[in-house]
Amino acid sequence: MWDYSEKVKEHFFNPKNAGAVEGSNAAGEIGSISCGDALRLTLKVDPESEVILDAGFQTFGCGSAIASSSALTEIIKGMSIDQALKVSNQDIADYLDGLPPEKMHCSVMGREALQAAVADYRGEVWRDDHEEGALICKCFAIDAVMIEDTVRANGLRTVEEVVNYTKAGGSCGTCHEGIEEILITVLAEQGEVFEAAPIQPTAKQTVVIPQKPQGKTNLQRIREIEKVIEMVRPQIQADHGDVELVDVVENTVFINMTGACSGCQMASMTLSGIQQLLIQELGEFLKVIPASKAGALAQVEEC
Amino acid sequence: MSDIYLDNNATTMVDPEIVNEMLPFFSQQFGNPSSMHSFGNQVGRAIKKARQQVQMLIGAQFDSEIVFTSCGTESNSTAILSALKAQPNRKEIITTTVEHPAVLTLCEYLEKDGYTIHRLAVDGRGQIDLDEYRGLLSDKIAIVSVMWANNETGTLFPVEDMARMAHDAGIMFHTDAVQAVGKVPINLAESSIDMLSLSGHKLHAPKGIGVLYLKRGTRFRPLLRGGHQERGRRAGTENAASIVALGKAAEFAMQHMDYENSAVRAMRDRLEQGILAVVSNAFITGNPEDRLPNTANIAFEYIEGEAILMLLNKAGIAASSGSACTSGSLEPSHVMRAMGIPYTAAHGTIRFSLSRYNTMEEIERVIEAVPPVIEQLRKLSPYWENGAPVEDPEKAFAPTYA
Repeated sequence: MWDYSEKVKEHFFNPKNAGAVEGSNAAGEIGSISCGDALRLTLKVDPESEVILDAGFQTFGCGSAIASSSALTEIIKGMSIDQALKVSNQDIADYLDGLPPEKMHCSVMGREALQAAVADYRGEVWRDDHEEGALICKCFAIDAVMIEDTVRANGLRTVEEVVNYTKAGGSCGTCHEGIEEILITVLAEQGEVFEAAPIQPTAKQTVVIPQKPQGKTNLQRIREIEKVIEMVRPQIQADHGDVELVDVVENTVFINMTGACSGCQMASMTLSGIQQLLIQELGEFLKVIPASKAGALAQVEEC
Repeated sequence: MSDIYLDNNATTMVDPEIVNEMLPFFSQQFGNPSSMHSFGNQVGRAIKKARQQVQMLIGAQFDSEIVFTSCGTESNSTAILSALKAQPNRKEIITTTVEHPAVLTLCEYLEKDGYTIHRLAVDGRGQIDLDEYRGLLSDKIAIVSVMWANNETGTLFPVEDMARMAHDAGIMFHTDAVQAVGKVPINLAESSIDMLSLSGHKLHAPKGIGVLYLKRGTRFRPLLRGGHQERGRRAGTENAASIVALGKAAEFAMQHMDYENSAVRAMRDRLEQGILAVVSNAFITGNPEDRLPNTANIAFEYIEGEAILMLLNKAGIAASSGSACTSGSLEPSHVMRAMGIPYTAAHGTIRFSLSRYNTMEEIERVIEAVPPVIEQLRKLSPYWENGAPVEDPEKAFAPTYA
């Protein structure tokens, strides 16, 4: 069973604004090719102020499709259509306290239905601006079409390059077979043969630094990292330990573990748990290292 | 009221009596059956007994034809890869479009390595065309691999006839029988089936134990090589406790074969009849005349399976669905697509799979619970209006697919 948030369940079991709006003057009908779900969104827009007075949905789809539709209608009611057009699929997912990566397309479907409904209101024809493919990287929700396009546009040749350009495969690495298959196909189109990167000798530590999400300053990143650490602190404090952020250099997060944690056998497991959470929350690859070992690491990077 | 489990084609409860049989093999008779000391001196004997119990259930001529593996998937891979390895000049495989992924995904992988895969199509009731099959039999075929019973619809394939036809053409035959074993009588001694896969957790033994039946004289190349276990046909220390459990489960399955085909069948039939009498725009998928006694697969049109399952789960009922959204891959059931079930119905297919632990009282509760769930979701559906499908549904709602 999917790991749905309470908010998703709430909107599924008791959906808001179900059914067509009476006296509506805009409608958008959109289906998701990746799963076959479909949605009709109807709006009642005030012609004077262009404010969305009422919104209703009819959905042929799964739990998260129904919840996303319900969330969308709640978000946009009372907005002007210009404001509503700024609602992203991430906003819908955030409103629901997140969706499983495989289900993000449900929120995309919601956003597209909204665009289609607005286009209908304005007498325009809505055009799809993206193509969805099979989900390859579940950690960062990146699909095959996105990877293929990036490989073609940038002439990528290795899995490492794909990780750097798209983030796909940058966390758990279990999708590397799928990424290799895409490389084999795309390179074959160009009459080239994919060659796997040779296995690296252990002495030289190669750290792959994926692209940082655009537009985030280092300070913003540190604030987000602090937030995540604050999230896990109560749990660690319950075990009579504590954790503090010392520094952030590039993609390395230095932290101090104190109290019962220092010298604890479980400390490294806790560290990797924090790392996993940071990667998930910030959407970029981060390495968590105890500040006490920072000196040792500096040496590694030098050689 | 306790929850109702109707997902026995996915996996089954381990019979408490079987758990008791297993326990001594964890902490008392934990020795390696290959060892000389007394910590394992009864293990070998227990495994021998289990082998005979399985032999009885599937009517094998010799107990040495039973090879214990880790699961049905391992048995399937072993069988198909063995046939290819043993006959390097034969580079084609015949299977069907509706096999379990344990066979289909392996075949797709082999295709990349240059093997040719023939996938037999099915009709609207999930049946294959034996003339098409006959036409494909040639000396290029290394193995035919066809499931005995379909896991989603329970529809049976005539594997005994198909095995005879394969043998007449000099071709090896394998069947994935994980859903059929214990539910339909099987007599392998009198069949032309060379290899058969079965899985413990489908018949009230634990997960992690399976069997590959290997008819004496069948050319074989092991998948796992190493120690001499299973007469060198499957290396690796025996999973003794689970083997003992599977033996006991096989014995119980023998005893309950008639019950499965009478009482369980009656519950399944009542479930279908009870639901279809009340819910409109719903139908049974597969071939109702020739299928497993425990499986009911009902398509509820114009709504989606995962949503149905979530509401059923809230009502304390466990079932499964062929909808795209319940699988990690987001692909709708390949079985429903192969049968040509329209999208608006395939999406809403629900499989109820029963076991001998279900009761008629539970079935009546499910019959009560299902109609309101369907009604609730249809109220949200763009294909539904005032208690009936909208007129000309495909035209009335035609979304842009992006």
